[in-house]
Order: sequence, then structure tokens, then C-alpha cells
Amino acid sequence: MLKDEDRIFTNLYGWMDSGLKGAKARGDWDGTAKLIKLGHDEIVERVKASGLRGRGGAGFPTGLKWSFMPKEVGARPHYLVVNADESEPGTCKDRDIIRNEPHKLLEGCVLAGFAMRAHAAYIYIRGEFVNEARRLQAAIDEAYAAGLLGDNAAKSGWKFDIYLHRGAGAYICGEETALIESLEGKKGQPRLKPPFPAGAGLYGCPTTVNNVESIAVVPTILRRGADWFAGLGKDGNTGTKLFCISGHVNNPCNVEEEMGIPLRELIEKHAGGVRGGWDNLLAVIPGGSSTPLMPQAVCNTITMDFDALKEAGTGLGTAGVIVMDKSTDVVKAISRLSYFYKHESCGQCTPCREGTGWMWRMMERLVRGDAEIHEIDTLEQVTRQVEGHTICALGDAAAWPIQGLIKHFRPEIERRITAHRAAAAVEAAE
Amino acid sequence: MPKLTVNGIEVEVEDGSTVLHACEEAGVEVPRFCYHDRLSIAGNCRMCLVDMERAPKPVASCAMPAGEGMVIRTDTDRVKKAREGVMEFLLINHPLDCPICDQGGECDLQDQAMGYGFDSSRYEENKRAVEDKHMGPLISTTMTRCIHCTRCVRFATEVAGVPELGAIGRGENMEITTYLEKTLASELSANVIDLCPVGALTSKPYAFTARPWELNKTESVDVMDAVGSNIRVDARGSQVMRVLPRLNEDVNEEWISDKTRYAIDGLRRQRLDRPFIRGRDGKLAPASWDEAFATIAAKLKKAKPNAVAAITGDQCDAESMFALKTLFDKLGSASIDCRQDGAKIGGVRAGYLFNSTIAGIDEADALLIIGSNPRIEAAVLNARIRRNWLATRMPVGIVGPEMDLTYDAEQLGDDAATLAAILDGKSKFAAKLKRAKKPMIIIGMGALARADGAAMLGQAREIAEAYGVVNGDWNGFNVLHTAAARVAGLDLGLTPGRGGLDVAAMYKAADAGKLDLVWLQAADEIDAARFEKTFTVYQGHHGDAGAHVADVILPGAAYTEKDGIYLNTEGRVQYAARAAFPPGEAREDWTIIRALAGHMGINLGFDSLAELREEMFELAPHFAEQDEVKAARWAKFGSKTKIASAPVATAHETFYMTCPVSRASETMGQCLMALQADAARDAAE
Repeated sequence: MLKDEDRIFTNLYGWMDSGLKGAKARGDWDGTAKLIKLGHDEIVERVKASGLRGRGGAGFPTGLKWSFMPKEVGARPHYLVVNADESEPGTCKDRDIIRNEPHKLLEGCVLAGFAMRAHAAYIYIRGEFVNEARRLQAAIDEAYAAGLLGDNAAKSGWKFDIYLHRGAGAYICGEETALIESLEGKKGQPRLKPPFPAGAGLYGCPTTVNNVESIAVVPTILRRGADWFAGLGKDGNTGTKLFCISGHVNNPCNVEEEMGIPLRELIEKHAGGVRGGWDNLLAVIPGGSSTPLMPQAVCNTITMDFDALKEAGTGLGTAGVIVMDKSTDVVKAISRLSYFYKHESCGQCTPCREGTGWMWRMMERLVRGDAEIHEIDTLEQVTRQVEGHTICALGDAAAWPIQGLIKHFRPEIERRITAHRAAAAVEAAE
Repeated sequence: MPKLTVNGIEVEVEDGSTVLHACEEAGVEVPRFCYHDRLSIAGNCRMCLVDMERAPKPVASCAMPAGEGMVIRTDTDRVKKAREGVMEFLLINHPLDCPICDQGGECDLQDQAMGYGFDSSRYEENKRAVEDKHMGPLISTTMTRCIHCTRCVRFATEVAGVPELGAIGRGENMEITTYLEKTLASELSANVIDLCPVGALTSKPYAFTARPWELNKTESVDVMDAVGSNIRVDARGSQVMRVLPRLNEDVNEEWISDKTRYAIDGLRRQRLDRPFIRGRDGKLAPASWDEAFATIAAKLKKAKPNAVAAITGDQCDAESMFALKTLFDKLGSASIDCRQDGAKIGGVRAGYLFNSTIAGIDEADALLIIGSNPRIEAAVLNARIRRNWLATRMPVGIVGPEMDLTYDAEQLGDDAATLAAILDGKSKFAAKLKRAKKPMIIIGMGALARADGAAMLGQAREIAEAYGVVNGDWNGFNVLHTAAARVAGLDLGLTPGRGGLDVAAMYKAADAGKLDLVWLQAADEIDAARFEKTFTVYQGHHGDAGAHVADVILPGAAYTEKDGIYLNTEGRVQYAARAAFPPGEAREDWTIIRALAGHMGINLGFDSLAELREEMFELAPHFAEQDEVKAARWAKFGSKTKIASAPVATAHETFYMTCPVSRASETMGQCLMALQADAARDAAE
């Protein structure tokens, strides 16, 4: 269990002042200018050494991502874009950071932006986060007033501006290139890659898009040292992580924990355990709605980190842990997620546009059992036809939950089909 | 020049090529829907997925830049599965109404489903239905069939330069729409029909009239403007059913204008299908060919040579003009003119050609347009200017009225003073011309077809010489014609000879009663009323302005009904071919003149088209060189006289009705009305 002194987000719950004064009291904006004196490349190196992996879902090493930015600023300026379009069902960590620790994010922007030689950061915030956007804008204004942003950000000699941009509430705009398109004022549709944003991103300029949490932890990593961060968690899965535990637990919460904590410990220590006890657990979706669920047998021993979960056929994703007890209609639950992906598909490319609707409609029939047994295999194949064939990862995200369901709960689906058929036969006989 | 292997075949491709190009280079077919050579890459259909070594997922070959040492495979199980999967997705919500779909038989979806799809359907749910959209009188929509490849959207925004086509909605509710249900306000709009890989956008005028396999396909040349777009004429029996573009990189690439495509219904209306003679009662009465010839011969025999005049029209083939010219030479008349609009051009070839060639537009880095609206007068050529502008933002200046050309163009003024200011370097645009390495001038009939046209031409030449428009290998001095026949006519010398009359002089002579006979060869863009008192022979295919004043009508063939040579505005020699027969007793035009000569006992020196062409090639050898442009030598042309103060106009007010064929076309009329209705609606709002 994470020790209190190793916590990064000490005001995650907003029990203290989230304003500049309170933030400074907790150590934010302390010696920012000195950190900047380390130089662009040194900061990147330290973040690399910390082993920080992107907190937005894909888990790509953050320092490595930064190092893809050109080493010299050419004719086109560099941009940092912060992805605050937190829309993955089951995930609410960035929201709390923005609400209660906005200055960690802002200071992170200055340091990360400096590291990648950017003079501007755009924070793209989800449209539904109305109050959060206000709070964040207030923090930005405060920081400008205090000289922490602007021509001489935190007296470091580095000019840095932060712009807050509100989205219109589309899940797809959380995909980095769709986010860039949206930020440019276009229809939020993912771009083809290559070129990657580091080569041609926002307005065709070198751009790095990072998750809120990835950026917000950077100042603390630099202050306390890469070794400290790397010393937490497991090899290749270092540091602390915000977990969002929701669903059938006694005490749903956001909590910062060490990477690699056993799932059971996480749920029992922080969320008050599964409703009705651990034995009442049916399944857990470990990393936001797109990651395949795990049945209880897997949950018993699994640790919460990128590699272990990948090995178990799922993923850490955003660490949005959705707990389902035995009262759950698991087929219906996954069907609801399929509906979500169908609704949020941008419609640009064929497999996702056509596939998400097809998958959802099949799922709806499976909920009722109104299908043939072989259609389970058809559905499985359709998910494989979507997965890996789309422009962005939304296709994969739509396919995975269904794959997880069929993998672990096929008997339940078959039972429904059989029952439905029997009921139909009885009805016909009457 | 990266080298890569495709299915074990090593290929080398140009820098900037994609994996798809490399596959084509290796002779490997890759199915695709959204990819199109002339549009930006969308990569959304996912049909062109291929396997790339070290890539965890199949990659979209249309969007993946070809890199050194890449190993590509298109024959793996994974690729086959990916294609089958995408194909299945495309078909689940496609109505499969092929038997009642006009695209049937030439449908990419049909073809590729046969080649790359499953053999059966697993889709048990209801299919999606999409409301049809209104896109005007040319484009018929069945949006349920749409596969969202966005080719039409990309064409409209990129090539045509009209942003009124786009996609709204997300996911399976995404729809292609004109947003406000308006007619697509582009002269190139119907190209989206060709681009649509399925039957979502089909041709409205052609709807349900023929299947592609019933049609005889003839490769030919368009005469609706002076671009000389390469077309394919599809006919069934004696009827031209449709016109499609034919690829010619140097001329129209693969686009054609809506007029080129759809004026053809005019070929069925208002046709002159038998000879007529105006009787004593002043009414035209049907007659036999012999009677018609006898009437003309009688007139000709009594007439003074130079009091016999001829005007040839804008859509005449070179052969019929040559035949008429030969006849007039034999008659001893030098009063022949191919410039029915009175354009002051002729003589030095460089003074009436699009010297840079159409493809040369791609190289220009500044453009001055004088008295022309290329969007209306040569829509396909205008798209090329737009493409250059999109890529380079080259400065474009206009001397003439304000106009929307689909790219930014600065209206510099519309009078003589504007031209003078450019020449003196006082105009702001002069500096831009000066900076340019390959400046270009396009001068149109709006400037040349007026009394002071020669002075305009002279002034333009002076500007060209002052600003290096002609330098080294580059000749950016361009005359943009509106008449498909004009360059051939000028090359063949259909301008008045010694003592002959030009069109203006003919009018005067006619007014004074000094003209014995005027021969109108499909000439309708004239002030016909002024020949009311003159004995008029109208040889042509439509009952238009010329036929109304005619005393004898000789029914001729329209451009789809004869073999003929045309020279476009560049002077490019192109051969049109007969796709159908002229209606009724109408005949190919050169044979009419040959027959009349025979009737009068005049030997023209040819009895067949081949012999005629041989004679013609003797006079103008370059006519024999198909698809070639003979460059013109730079020399002095135009005059130094004073330019009148009247503002410079353009040749046509509107795009749709500019010739006898398009004026007879119901479709063109509908287009005009639809645009006017939209404009009225906009004005009301």
C-alpha cells in the first residue's frame, strides 16, 4: 500500500484549498525555474528514467513520446496539447485533478512544454466538464496573475501560454488526432497515421498530446527524482496511479495507489470491498469500458499494472475499475457498452461505422437470447473484423468488451439462447 | 526513389509514392473505394489493407508512404480476411438493389464484392435507410446506397471549389448532404457521379434509360467549349444516351463540365432533319435536296463573287470549314469569316493560341486574366487554375467584371486605364507579375470580340513582353477561346481575304442591300435579324437563330454525328468520331458542300473524307498530327490603336446555354432554373 509521503495528489479529494495559495503550500510551483534550468533534454531524460507510462490508456512511455519531437524548432512552432477529454466510461480521475489539483497540471504543462520546446499548451477539456473548466480557467488566470505563466513563466525566462479549449462532448475527441482536428475547428475525426502528431500535429506543427494525469505527475517526478518514482511499483510499470473504482463496491472512490497493487487489495482497502463480500464478485472491468472484463477467478490474483493485465488478456487502460457483483446482467452490461461505442463512432471508416451497429444489435438479441448458438461465433468474428482494421482505436475499444464477454461468459449466453428457444417452443405449443 | 518488395516482386517508386502505388507498379491489384488519384487521401474505406512486415496490424496502403526496404504482402490470409471483412461491412447496410440501380454493370461495389467478398450474408438485422438528398437537376441520389467514401465531398471541396457538400452525423448515422438541400453550384458538379463508386449518386437525366452493356462507346471530343475535353459518347442505336469523360492528362484529366455531359438531350430537340426552302408566302416548306441545291445554285450564279459571304459557327469541324472555304475559293469570294463574334484575332498564331498549353497552367506562378471568366468559359481549365492556386496561392488578377472563380482573384478594374496601369507598372499587380518567374496572361473573348479588340490584343502583348510572360522556353501568353472551331478556322484561313468582308462588314453590306447571299454554316451566335433581307443559306443541325432567317436550310450533322477534326484553344489537334447518324435526311456537312459543288459542276478536288483531309493537310500539315500541339512562334500582333472606354466584359453571362445544342437542351434549362431558384431563395432569406 502506498505510503502517505509518496502520494503525488495530496489534495485529490479537495479537502484543502485548490487555489494557488493552497497548491503552493503543498509544494506546487516550487523551484519551477530551477527545474527548467535542467534544460530541455535533461527533463526528457529524467522522465524517461522514471519509467512513466502514459496515463491515458495506451501506456506508451511518456519520455519516449516527448523525445519524438524535433530537437530544433524549425519554421513551425511546437505545441503541447493536454487531453482533458476524459470520456471513457468508468473513468473520473482527470476530473478530480482538474477540480482539486489544477496547479499540478499547469506546472506540468510548463515543464513538459519546455522539455519539448513548446511555448504554448492547449488543454482540450470535455464539454460536459462545465464546472471543471471554470475551475481550471480560474487556476490559469491565477497563474498568469502570479507570473507563473506568460512571457517569463515562473521567472524561468521561458515564454509559456496555456489556452483552455472546451470540447462539445464527443468521446472520439479523446483520440489524439480527432482531438487535434476538433481543436482546429473541424469535425472530430481521427487522422491517418503516419504522419504522427510529433511530425505534423496541430495546424501541421510538431505536437505532443498527453493525458492530464501524465502531465500532472511530471513536476513531482522532477522534484523528487526519477529514482523515487521508478522505485515505486513494478519494473516497467513504475510509479503511482489514480484508480477510479466504481460499480458494486461499498465505497466507490478515486484513489492514488502504487502500480501493481493486487486488485483485491485495491478494492478491499479503498473501496470498502465488493457489495456482499468478495465471493459475490462476478467480474471486473479493470481499465475503463473498453478493456475486456475479468471473471472472479482472474480477479483473485491479478495485479493492477499494464503488463500483468495485458497478460491476462485485458488492459490497465485508464484504470477505471468497474466492479460487477453477481446481481449483474453481464450480457446486458456489455450490450450497453456496445451501444455506447455505436453511438460514439465517428463514422469515418467502414469497419467501425458499420461494425459497431451490427455488434450492438447482435448483443441486444443475445441479451434476450433471441439468437442462434452459432451467432455467438459470428459476433466473435465480427469483432475480429473490426479490431485492427480501423483508422483509430475506437474500433478496437468496441470489439474488446464483447470478446471478453464471449471468452468468459459464453455458457451464460448459450443458456439464454436455449431458454429463449424453450420458452418459444412452449408458447408455440400453447 | 525507395525500393520495396510487393509479394516478392522488387519495385522502385518515386519519392512521395504510397504503398498502393508500389503495388500497382508491381502489377498487384489492390481493391479500393475511397482512394482516387486526383483527390486527397481519406483512407476511410479500409478496403486497401495490406500486410507490412513488422506492422502489428494491416496498414491502409493508400495512405502509407512507401519507404525504403518495406516488405509488403497482399496475398496473405490476414489480408484476404481483412478484405472480406470490410466488404461484408460495406454490404450489410447496402440495399443490394442492383437490379433497379443505374450503377449496375459499372459498379465498383458489385465488381469488388465479386472479387473480394464473402459468398453469402450473415447479417440478420434490419438495414439502414437514409433519406435521399436534393442535389439539383443533374444528380440523382439514393443515399441508402452510400458507402461514405467521401469522394464526392473531396471533389466538391478540392477540385470544384464549392464547399456545399459534406458529411453530417456520426457513426452509422453519418450522411453525405448538401446541408441546405441546394443545387450544387458548380459547373463540374456531375463529375461526382463518375466518382461515386456505388449507385448513391447517379445521373438524373440518364436515369433508367440504358444499361452500360447496351451502349456503343465511341471515343470523341467535346465542342461545348474550346478546351476540347476528351469524351466517350455512349449511344444506343441512333440516340446518344450519355457522355462520359475520357482521360487526357494534358487537357481535361478526367473531368468534364456539366454542359459537356448533359447538353446532349439538345441533340434530340429542334433538329433540322430535312431541307427547307422559304416559299413566296414567307414560310419555310420542306423540300428535296435537289430543290434546295437548285435554289442555291440559281442564286450563286447570279451573284457577284465578293457579295457572296459565309460565316462558320463555333462548333464546326475543320473538314466542313475547309470544304466551305474551298467552295468559296472556287466561287471567287474572299468574304468568309469563322469569327462570328467579331473577335479581332487571326494571322500570327501566337496571337490566338493558348500558348503555354493547358498543362502549362500547373507551372504558372502569377496570372492575369483579361476579359474572360474561365469558370464559365472553360470550367475544366478553371479547375486546373484552382489546383495551382491551392498549392501555391499564386496571385491572380482580373481585368473585367467581378466574378467568383472558386479561388481568390483580385479585381483590378475593368477598363483601358487598368491595362495601362499594369503596363506602366503603376498597378499593384504589376509588382506581382514582375516577381513571377512564369507569369501567365489569359485573355478572353470579352476583350477581343469588340471593335477595339485588336488594340486590346496589342496592349496584352505589350504587357506580356514587359513582364517576361514570354521568356526562354516559357510562353505564358494565352488566348482562351470559347468556340471549339475557332483555332481550326483561323489555321485554315477562314478570315476575309483581299476585298472580302468580315462579319461586321457583312452586316453593313446586308443593311445596304449589297449582299447577294450569305451562307451560315451552323452560325447562330450572330445578329441574325440583320440578314433578314439577304438570301440566307443555313447549313446546320439546329433550328436556332440562323435557321430563323434562312431562305434555304441544309440539314447538317451535330458533333456526335460525324468524324471531324477539332483544334482546341491550345491548337491541339483532336479527332472526333461519329457515334450516331444524323437524323432524317440530314447529312455530314462536308458532303453537303461537295454535293452542291457537284450540282453546280464545280470540282472541289475531293470525293471522300480521306481525300478532303489529304487536301487539308497540304494546306495545314499540323492537322495530321493527332493530339499534338504545334507551338507558335512569337511575333508582333494586335494594334497600337486606342482602347475605347467601355468596360471589359466576358464572353458569356451564364454557363449553361451558349450554343444551339445547349439552348435546345431541357436539362441545361433546368440547371439554369434551379440555380436561379436557389439564388432567389437566398435573396429572400
